[in-house]
Amino acid sequence: MNKDFSVVGKSLVREDGLEKITGRAMFADDYKFDGMLHSAMLRIPATHAAINSIDFSAVINNPSVKAIITSQDVPASKKIGIIKNDQPVFCDEKVVTPGDVLAMILGEDENELRELVKSIKVDYTALPTLTNPAKALEETALLIHPEFGTNLICHHPLHKGDVEKGFADSDEILEQVYTTQTIEHAYIEPEAVIALPIDNGGVKIIGSIQNPFSARRIVCNVLNLPPEKVHVVQAQLGGSFGGKDDNMCMLSSRATVAALKAKCPVKIRYTREESILESYKRHPYILKYKVGFSKSGKIKAMKIDLLADGGAYCSMSPFVTWRSVVQATGPYAIENVHTDVRAVYTNNPYTGAMRGFGSPQPIFAQESIMDEIAVRVGITPDEIRRRNGLKLGSVTSTGQTLRDHDVNLIPVLDKACAFTNFASKWNEYKNKQEELNGYIFDQPIFKDEQFIQPEKLIKKGIGLAVSFRGCSLGAEGLDQSSCFVSIQPDGKIVMLSGLAENGQGLRMTLIMSAAEVLGVSSEKITFLESDTSKMDDSGPTVASRGTLMGAAAAKNACDLLLEKLENVVRVEFKVDDSDFISFRENLVLSRKKGAITKFDDVVKLASQKGIDLSVIGRYKSPDVSWDEHSGQGDAYFTYVYGCQVAEVSVNTGTGEVYLNKITAVHDPGTVINRLGAIGQVYGGVTQGSGYGILEEVTSEDGMIRELNFDQYLIPTAKDIDEIKPLFLEGEEKYGAWGAKSLGEPTLELGAAAIANAVCNALGKRFYNLPLNLEEVLLGRKLRPQDLKRGSL
Amino acid sequence: MEIKFTLNGKEAVVVCEPSLRFIDLLREKLSLTGTKEGCGVGECGACTVIMNGVAVNSCLVLASQVVGSEVLTIEGIANGEELHLLQKNFLQAGAVQCGFCTPGMVLSSYALLQENSNPSEEEIKDAIAGNLCRCTGYKQILDAVKQTAKELNPSAKL
Repeated sequence: MNKDFSVVGKSLVREDGLEKITGRAMFADDYKFDGMLHSAMLRIPATHAAINSIDFSAVINNPSVKAIITSQDVPASKKIGIIKNDQPVFCDEKVVTPGDVLAMILGEDENELRELVKSIKVDYTALPTLTNPAKALEETALLIHPEFGTNLICHHPLHKGDVEKGFADSDEILEQVYTTQTIEHAYIEPEAVIALPIDNGGVKIIGSIQNPFSARRIVCNVLNLPPEKVHVVQAQLGGSFGGKDDNMCMLSSRATVAALKAKCPVKIRYTREESILESYKRHPYILKYKVGFSKSGKIKAMKIDLLADGGAYCSMSPFVTWRSVVQATGPYAIENVHTDVRAVYTNNPYTGAMRGFGSPQPIFAQESIMDEIAVRVGITPDEIRRRNGLKLGSVTSTGQTLRDHDVNLIPVLDKACAFTNFASKWNEYKNKQEELNGYIFDQPIFKDEQFIQPEKLIKKGIGLAVSFRGCSLGAEGLDQSSCFVSIQPDGKIVMLSGLAENGQGLRMTLIMSAAEVLGVSSEKITFLESDTSKMDDSGPTVASRGTLMGAAAAKNACDLLLEKLENVVRVEFKVDDSDFISFRENLVLSRKKGAITKFDDVVKLASQKGIDLSVIGRYKSPDVSWDEHSGQGDAYFTYVYGCQVAEVSVNTGTGEVYLNKITAVHDPGTVINRLGAIGQVYGGVTQGSGYGILEEVTSEDGMIRELNFDQYLIPTAKDIDEIKPLFLEGEEKYGAWGAKSLGEPTLELGAAAIANAVCNALGKRFYNLPLNLEEVLLGRKLRPQDLKRGSL
Repeated sequence: MEIKFTLNGKEAVVVCEPSLRFIDLLREKLSLTGTKEGCGVGECGACTVIMNGVAVNSCLVLASQVVGSEVLTIEGIANGEELHLLQKNFLQAGAVQCGFCTPGMVLSSYALLQENSNPSEEEIKDAIAGNLCRCTGYKQILDAVKQTAKELNPSAKL
């Protein structure tokens, strides 16, 4: 780390902290407007059905119902989607998943509307359902969207080298199948949005929206409005994790259609049940791995077949699965790779972006199989990764040679192993796996030593997982961002970014970046309210690109301002070109003269001279490349590397996995706000742990069983004992001072590391997430409709 | 029905249905929107308020149950513009990310410290076990509560 930083790398309190800690922060549902109407959605309890007719007569003359909104009220695009327009704003022909909405009613009393909506009679014919993604591509499979002629959403192939030759050259071949589950984002704030008609025939939208520019684009398409008539303002966002994108584009569209019809502000807010019912989820995957390796554990070939259940709508499936195809081998240099990744339509709840975005699933599989291979060839898990791991100059499965950045895989692995004393613990626990086997469970007990001592039921294990992760969008699309910075005549600074504050602390990161460049304290800088009409589209705030792309643009903006101020200083204070000027701690210094003047005074001088101190800084990522047919190319311009080690205690009597400690080593380049970075690790590790041992959205014929937090369990304060974040910082050429990505890498490794730790404890490997009690104890999941309970 | 109670140290009178949920009374009738609704079934704790010294889920309390009680919400924790120690420590520790669970977290911690100014780590975890947070992983929240206990009680065990 550059020791000269005065702000970067410090732990600073976030700029919106005061509002949030006092309860004054305005989240979407906290906004109220005069004459505002509420809404209720009409759904039917069907997974797949043809709608014959809707009879609104029960509500049409009810004075409490101010308007009924259906597909007929949608003026332009009746279907929407971030990538593919396949999701109806209001369904009028059929529903393809239980969250689908047929119509909405408006009124003043939300509770009354929720009752009244039940009186609307829908005549529908239930259709057969397709809920098993493995059957979606069979010739006889019913089609979810017949107009596309197939249930295939996308297919990403990748071919490198010759896998058959690689298998022939191998000493041993291992084949395994893994499954991962559907999970819910579980942001604590349910969706809410308000659309307000404005005088020019347009609309202002305030909502819990992750990507305001995506919402604007889709609302424009649905309403046939030009972008200047649609202002999208992000309210304080109560968590998103990738989950308030498509669904908020949908709710923004519905609210706008309603508001423009009713000519008054319209609010849509979801209960938790509606939120879980309708919002998209993380893709469940079926992952087939075939790996050929030598006696020394060198991987010779990998054949991978991944199938993602996209559910009823396309959403982000093509991009989610694209990240999977790039990263499916894990961070290993393998000569021969053949990968196919497919996403398919089913009648299940639709799946899309969620923190991790197509990486946690293959990481679980690939890190499980690497451990299994290590055991077979008789080396420790860290050693097999050292033998195969990517290093500077290695070639990835997409044919990309890793250069221009610190290829930190082995350094993060070594750091994590040294910190946790990994190999010796792993060997120690492995040797204790058999300990319970001496007991005979079904015989009467005569002697004290025949009792199993409670502590003997608890088995300890340690496991690790490593990953590499492409930063930002990669070959998904155009990757640029902008940041507006304006110095006011009094020396105060205001900023705007095209990227969004989703709770992660991006604004503080950008403020600190600006403060670093301009040599001012961060208190001088204020963020203005974001509005799509005030700032350039900087792409979505996704893919752990906020700090990388946003801080780089902020730094570029401030570099431009600094140049202007420096010119003023040289002229006004007669500093010649041979002298070096710096801005630090609200002062302007020259190498020869020391402190010359104050920052505020230079600004005052510049203002008096009419120098424009408002700029827009931009950052465009370096070029990437991709060939769709071969799956070859420089997929991302830079990568980050991570290693997490899980230490667990497994209760062999109940199957409970307790997380004693998770050590997380990441290489985010340069940390800007240390407090925020540590928070990202704690939060990401915790979400990853929930994915590993607790969480699962299950459905019966497409109907979700866990519609609220009484059944859908996310980690509480009591579920993880200790989390240890460790950063490996370095100098990088991209981004601001080399600041890269952190948000998603922290989440993607936990489940895999935990599964490996449980295997180390029990000597038994698990192939299906999550490792909840019944999976660990019985090797299968129990469902409410199961006839047998417990271990019977 | 007339609901009279003490709210953040002042007398409050609201006329409403006795079955109105207390969270709706606060948010809709009194525009105190610092109290949040995350689940409506008492699982997430975002709507936590302190009623007669006890942290409760305001989505499970009806207006008629509040009559005569003393209620503290997030809006009443600070002394004017001066933040409560707990609030300061939440900010310093990085215990706030999206901020949606924050009011409930602060109130559950506040109720704990009123009852027990010297809690163990397990006692803090128990006190906030009913408050879900999806951003922070809870660690910085625990740090904030520990730090507050330490400052309130110099002989603290943590």
